[in-house]
Amino acid sequence: MIEAQDLVKRFRDKTRGEVRAVDHVSFRCRPGEIFGLLGANGAGKTTTLRILATILTPSEGTAVVAGYDVKKEPQKVRTSVGFLSTATALYGRLSAQEMVEYFGRLHGLDEPTLRQRINAIFGRLEMDDFRERRCDKLSNGMKQKVSIARTLVHDPSVMIFDEPTVGLDVMAARTIVGFIRECRDRGKTVIFSTHVMSEVEKLCDRIGIIHDGRLLAEGTLADLRQRFGKQDLEDIFVEVVEQ
Amino acid sequence: MSLRNIGIVYRKELVDSLRDRRTLISMTAVPLLLMPLLTIGLGVVMVRQVGQAREEIPKVMILGGEDSPNLRAELAKLEGVQIVPQARDYAEEISSKQIRAAVEIPAGFDAKLAAGEPMSVKIYMYEGELRSGFGADRMQKFFRDLRERAIRERLEARQLPESLIRPFDIMQQNVAPPEKVGGAILGGLVPYFVILLCLTGAMYPAMDLTAGEKERGTIETILCSPVSRTHLVLGKFLMVLTASVATAVLSIISMTVSFVVGKKLLQGVGSGAAGQILQITMTGKAILSVFVMVLPLAVLFSAALLAISLFAKSFKEAQSYISPLMIVVVLPAVAAVLPGVELNTTLALLPVLNTSLVSKEIMTGTYHWKYIALIFTSSCIYAAAAIAIAVKLFQREDVLFRT
Repeated sequence: MIEAQDLVKRFRDKTRGEVRAVDHVSFRCRPGEIFGLLGANGAGKTTTLRILATILTPSEGTAVVAGYDVKKEPQKVRTSVGFLSTATALYGRLSAQEMVEYFGRLHGLDEPTLRQRINAIFGRLEMDDFRERRCDKLSNGMKQKVSIARTLVHDPSVMIFDEPTVGLDVMAARTIVGFIRECRDRGKTVIFSTHVMSEVEKLCDRIGIIHDGRLLAEGTLADLRQRFGKQDLEDIFVEVVEQ
Repeated sequence: MSLRNIGIVYRKELVDSLRDRRTLISMTAVPLLLMPLLTIGLGVVMVRQVGQAREEIPKVMILGGEDSPNLRAELAKLEGVQIVPQARDYAEEISSKQIRAAVEIPAGFDAKLAAGEPMSVKIYMYEGELRSGFGADRMQKFFRDLRERAIRERLEARQLPESLIRPFDIMQQNVAPPEKVGGAILGGLVPYFVILLCLTGAMYPAMDLTAGEKERGTIETILCSPVSRTHLVLGKFLMVLTASVATAVLSIISMTVSFVVGKKLLQGVGSGAAGQILQITMTGKAILSVFVMVLPLAVLFSAALLAISLFAKSFKEAQSYISPLMIVVVLPAVAAVLPGVELNTTLALLPVLNTSLVSKEIMTGTYHWKYIALIFTSSCIYAAAAIAIAVKLFQREDVLFRT
C-alpha cells in the first residue's frame, strides 16, 4: 500500500529561486493495483516517485509505503520497495549475477536465500546465458532484465517504476510492460510514471494526472472518461492541464 | 553502525575498482615504474654521464703566450688535455661546445713570473656545462700548481719558511654517521614521493566512486537500496583509502628494491655525489615510521578527494576540481625538501608539510617524539574532520542530485 499525504518538495534554484517540484500531492495505491502517474516532462513525476522511494525527503507532508513512514523509517521503506527507472543504471564492471547479488546482500538476505532467489529469478527471466557476463557487455534488453532482477531480489511488496520504457526499443519495452503486469498479478502495489498515453491505457487501474507539481485529476480511466466527457486519454489530459 | 553493510559496499567497490584499468594503472603501474625509473634509471644515466664527461680529453685553446716558451712547454707536456690552435671566435667555439675552455695568457708571462710582477690568467668556460667545467678545472689546477711552485721557489730563494704565507691550515671533517649524511640528501625526497603517490593513488577511485557514479546513473540505483548513506560513504571511503595506502606501500617497496638494486649497479661507477648516495641506508624502522606518519595523511586525502569529487556532476568536472589540489599538496611537500626548512610547533600543525618534514627527520635517523606525537595527532584530527565532511555531504540531496 502507498499513501501519499500532502507531499511537498521545494528546491532552491539559482535562477528561479524557490521551486515547488511537488505541490501538496495526495493519492493512494492499493496492493494488486497499478497506479499511473501521467504528466509531461518536468511535471513532478520523478520527484514524487523519488520521495516514495526515500531517495529524496519531502519538504512537507509525508507518505506511508508498505506500512512505513518515508520520513521516520526510510530504511524500512527501502527494504519493501523495488525502484526501477531509466536513470537506475547498472555497474558496468560487475557481472549480471554480481550485480543482483550485491543488492540482495544490501537487503540483508542470507547466502542460501540469495542463491535460491537468484536462481529462481534468472530462470524466470531467461538470464542464465549471460549471468557471468559483465553488465557493460550486455544488450539493452539484457540490461533491463538485470535491472528487473535487481528490483525483485528482495521480493518487495511495493514496486515503483519511473518512466521505465523511455529510450527502449519495442522488445525491451514489452519486457518491462509484461513485468509490471506480472507484479500486479502477484498482488504487489505498483506505481508507474509515464508520459506515454498508450502505456497508461494498457496498464493502469487508476490514473493520476500531474502538472506543475500538482495532482489535478485522479480516478480510473472510466471515471475520467465520464467526468470529462471524452474517450481519448490524450484529450482528457490536455483538458485537465489547460484548465 | 553496520560493519556488515560497510563491508558489502567496500567489497563491491574493491572488485569494481580492481577491474578498472585506469584505477589499476594509477594504483600499481605508477609507483612500480616511477620509482625504479627515478632511482635506478636516473641514477645510472647520471653516473654514466658524469663518468663519460670525466673520461673525455677536453679541447682547450691557449690564447697568447707566444712570448713565453717555458709556459708553452709546460702546457705541451700537460696530460689529459688537448691543446688546440688559437682562433678569434673562441667564445663561440666554447658556446657551441667545439672546445671546452680557453685560457688567456697575459703578455710576457715567463718574464713577469721571473720578475715577480703581478698578472692574471683568464680561463673562459661554459658555466653550468659539465664537460666545460671539467676542462676549466684541469686548467685551473695546472695554473694553481704552477703558482704554488713559483711561491715555493721564491721562498726557498729567500730562505723563508713556507709557514710565512700559510700560518695555519683549515680542515673540515664530517662527524655525522653516513646514513645521516645520505638521509639529509635523500631524506626529503622519499617522503615527498610517498605523499605525492598517496594522493595520486586515491585520486582516480575517489572520482570514479562519486562523480563517476553520478555520470553513469548508478548513484540513484544504490540510493534506493536500504544501505544507509553513512555506510555507503564509509564503504566507498575505505576503498579509496585502500587505493591510496596500496599506492604508498607499493611505492615504498618499489623504492626500497630500486634503492638496493641501484646501489649495486652504481657501486662500480659511483664517485662524488653518487658516492654519497651510496652511503645511504634505508632502515626498516625508518621506512615503517614514515609509513605510519603518512597513514593519517592518506585518510585525509581519501576523505577530502571523496568530498570534493562528490560535488562534481561528472568525471570531467571532478578532474577540474581536483587538479588544483595537486598544487596544494605539492607545494608544502616541496617546501619540506628545501634546505633550511626545520620543524617547529607551528609547522607541525600544517598538514602535508608537517608529515613531509618529520619524515625527512626520520629518514636521517632523528626521532623528535614531541613533534611526532603532535603531527600524528593533528593529522588524525584533520583526517577525522575530512571523513565527517564527506559523510555529511553524502546526506545532502542538493549535492547528490546537483544539476
